[in-house]
Order: sequence, then C-alpha cells, then structure tokens
Amino acid sequence: MIPPGATAIVGAAESTEIGTVPNVSSVGLAIDAAANAMRDAAITAADIDGFTCGYFPVADMSRQLGIFPSWADNTVVGGCSWMFQLRNAIAAIHAGYCNTVLIVYGESGKSTRRLGQSGDAGQRGGIGQQFDMLYSGGQAAATFTLPVLRYQHEYGLSDEDLAVGAVSQRAWAVDVPRATLREPTSVDEVLDSPMIAWPIRRAMCCLVSDAGGALIVTSAERAVDYPKPPVYVLGTGGALEAGVMSPAGVREPLRPEFIRTSGEAAFASSGITHSDVDHLMIYDAFIHTPIFGLEGLGFVDYGQGGHFIAEGHTAPGGKLPMNTSGGGLSYAHTGAYGMLCMLESIRQVRGEAANQVSDVDVSLCHGWGGYWSACATLVFAASAP
Amino acid sequence: MPHPLVPVPTPETQPFWDGCNQGILRINRCISCNDAYFPPSPICPHCSSTDIEFFDASGDATLYSYTIQQKPLDLWGTEGPRSVALVKLMEGPMLTSSIVNCEQSPDTLRLDMPLRATFTSFGETTVLCFEPAEQQR
Repeated sequence: MIPPGATAIVGAAESTEIGTVPNVSSVGLAIDAAANAMRDAAITAADIDGFTCGYFPVADMSRQLGIFPSWADNTVVGGCSWMFQLRNAIAAIHAGYCNTVLIVYGESGKSTRRLGQSGDAGQRGGIGQQFDMLYSGGQAAATFTLPVLRYQHEYGLSDEDLAVGAVSQRAWAVDVPRATLREPTSVDEVLDSPMIAWPIRRAMCCLVSDAGGALIVTSAERAVDYPKPPVYVLGTGGALEAGVMSPAGVREPLRPEFIRTSGEAAFASSGITHSDVDHLMIYDAFIHTPIFGLEGLGFVDYGQGGHFIAEGHTAPGGKLPMNTSGGGLSYAHTGAYGMLCMLESIRQVRGEAANQVSDVDVSLCHGWGGYWSACATLVFAASAP
Repeated sequence: MPHPLVPVPTPETQPFWDGCNQGILRINRCISCNDAYFPPSPICPHCSSTDIEFFDASGDATLYSYTIQQKPLDLWGTEGPRSVALVKLMEGPMLTSSIVNCEQSPDTLRLDMPLRATFTSFGETTVLCFEPAEQQR
C-alpha cells in the first residue's frame, strides 16, 4: 500500500488559452500546457524522468518536449485517462522507477477536430463499431445518457429536478473568467433548449472546446523543494466496467459497481471519510453523471443523488461545493475532460481557484472515460498525514 | 469505402452476423456454466471457459431504457427522430439497439415493454433491431 500523501503535485497548469483556440492543434495545446506546468514548478525537461500522455504516441510527444524518460505510460481509457496515468505515476514513483513525472493532455476538440491525436473507438471490426455505433453514430448524447430515463423512472426524478444540475453549475461559472458560458441560467431555460436525444437537451450536454493541461508529480520528500505548496495525493482508485461505446456493458446500470470499486479504493487508501471532503469534482460529460457519482462514491444513497443536487447542496452556498469551475457543462469540455477536472481540484487545494471555496484541505475528484468504460477517483490535500 | 458505421464482422463475431442475415438472433452461451452473453467472444466472461457455442436466442426482450436521437443518421435512411435503446434479452444479456416499426415517442416506447427481435437491412448489411412484441407482423 502506498502511504497517504507519499506523492504530491508540484506543477499544474492549463493551456494559456482554453475554450475556442483556433490554429492550435491537439499537439500544440498539450505542449503549451506542458510548458506552463514546467514554469509553474520552475523546472525544465531535464528534470523530468517519467512521462505520460494519452491519444498521442508517447515517444513522439516526449521527444518534442525534450524529455527522455526512464518510465512512461500511455494508458487510454477515455476522458479519465490522465487520472489513471496519475495513479500509475504515483505507483511508479513509489516503486522507484522514476522521480518526477510530467502528465500531458491536449485536445483541440472544437477548432481543428483533434488534429494530431489518435482516437480510441470506432475502429473497423472493434466491438463498439460492430455492436453500438451503428445505432447512435457514436453520438455520446444518445448513448452515454441511456441510463437517465431508467433513473428518472425508478426514482421519480422529474425533468425539472434533473435540470437543476445545469443551473447550479452555471451559477458557479458566472464567476469564473475562463469559463465558456457565464450567463446565469434557469430550469426553464434548460428545458427550453433544443432536444438532442430525448430526454436530453442541449443545456444538459457538455461543451465542445479546445484545451490543454499538464501535471507534474513527485515524491513528498522532493515536493517541498518546489516554489508552490505541494498538493498531496492522499489516495486513489480506479476501475473498468462497460465497453467503449455504451452503458450496455454496465452490469447494474443504476448501481454501477465500477464507481463503488473506485470510490472505496480512494477512501481506503487516503484514510479519509466523506465528511473530510471540503470540495468535490465529478466529471460532468452530461447532466446525469454527477448524480451517479454522488451515489456510487457514497456521498448519498442510491436514488438520492438527483434530489440532492435539486435541493441545491452542490450549488454555490451548498454544503458540498461541486464542479466549482462550472464543469464540462459550462467551463470547458474538449471530449476528454479528466485533466481539467483534476486541475480545478488542485487549484482549490492551492487556494488559487476563481471560485475559491474557503479552507479547502481535501478535494475529491472523480472522472469517467469511454462513456462508462472506466472511472477513477483521486483525493488531493493541502497536507499529508 | 463502405460507410464507417456499417459493422465489420471479425471471424469471432461472424456467426452473429450470419444469423442476422438469416433473421435469427444468434448469441453465445458458455457450455461450462450455461451463461448466455453478448457481445460475441471466444471466452465466457463469467467463468473464463473457452468451451462456448453460438445458439439461437428466443428474440424476446424488454425495454430497459432509451433515448430518442433527434438528428437522423444517414446510414439508416430514415427521417425524423429514432430511438437508441438498452434492451434486455430474456436470456439475460443487455445490448444496445433501436426500437423500430413503431412511433418513436415516449407515449409508445414504455419502459419494460415486451420486445421481439427484428432485422433491418442497409444495402448488403442486415442489423439487429427490436419491435414491440404485441405488434402485428
């Protein structure tokens, strides 16, 4: 077992611009973010001996950055790939394979349609291509959201209550200068937005953006030598369940075991309880995913997540501040949002967030990938036990 | 080049697609533990046995959940919204499909409604869909 707080984030940055960034490829966004993270940590490529990225050939990217790593990882599990990579990097540092790992992400999801990066689904003859994509064209709004109607049916969650999630996150985004959507919204406005895949409307779907992000992680012993206060990683979890294209592979779609597996591992390895969590990020590719996250992670009982959000507990002024950047619905979402999700947790622990929650000692960050193929959970903290 | 959404069978999945061409829902069953599973695979996901077979499923199913995609896919050649569904086979497995031969509306598409397998062709490809079970053929 890796002790809680054995490693820490010492560099963290987004690309200089996010949202709509014309004339920069996915590669360019990744390199920009990597440069910003190295500046944040006041180091150069020569100080890095471990490297990870996703959706790029790992050696191409490390070579462009002038990094010659002795350990590398290129795990691709969709939007939470970089969360898995951080978890792997922590293990690699603990094992002594390397000391300082740079984790890089960039995705020009909007302006160049992912120029310079690879995909992970839809290959000829792949399971998703044969058995899922033909029904939806791979449109996430029509497939990732498949459990929503069942959830509403089983637990009596109205469209109005479902819509509150988008309103709450917009309320956070209003005060975030880098957020794409900053005008306050309402339940009526959400329910009047164009229908995309009934019962899912446009305001219930994530944005399509351009962004990059990067993290630098090292051992707790080394972390104190960097300019910024360390953001310790207390614990982690991760799990896989469905195939790439559809929630059809989730064994119990309203009680997905992979969320519980990941969350329990994160709580057990970090030694915290739910009441220790001051700030929460749950990857919102669509409006329902925070509901399933709250339940699967054990913050509320099954069937209560939708009502919990509808009652305002995760909104500004609520008892459990969640998705304080505005999230994928209002801040930015390139296609793979996991890095941006972690970066808001890290800003909150550092005290650097636009919507700074007071006294954040512990931020829990949970993300998904490949629709419901994978999830990961990370516990960040200002101090180590 | 065929349309990228036209399914490309592999040797491991070919019996399923041959079944579609014959109007039969053919899925895998483990000979060791008797579990039916989907999608097709040479190994049983429940007990790891490779002693598996294809069999003709009943085609009976229920509607677990769905969305109604508003923008038509050119592959289907249909106009207007079309359902994308999670369908639970009587034999156990859940799969993604579309409910066809009925109005694509929440009034018609009721959760837990009985369904039966049907098949839709695009050019040379025949794919599995479902339709309301009480519907007259």
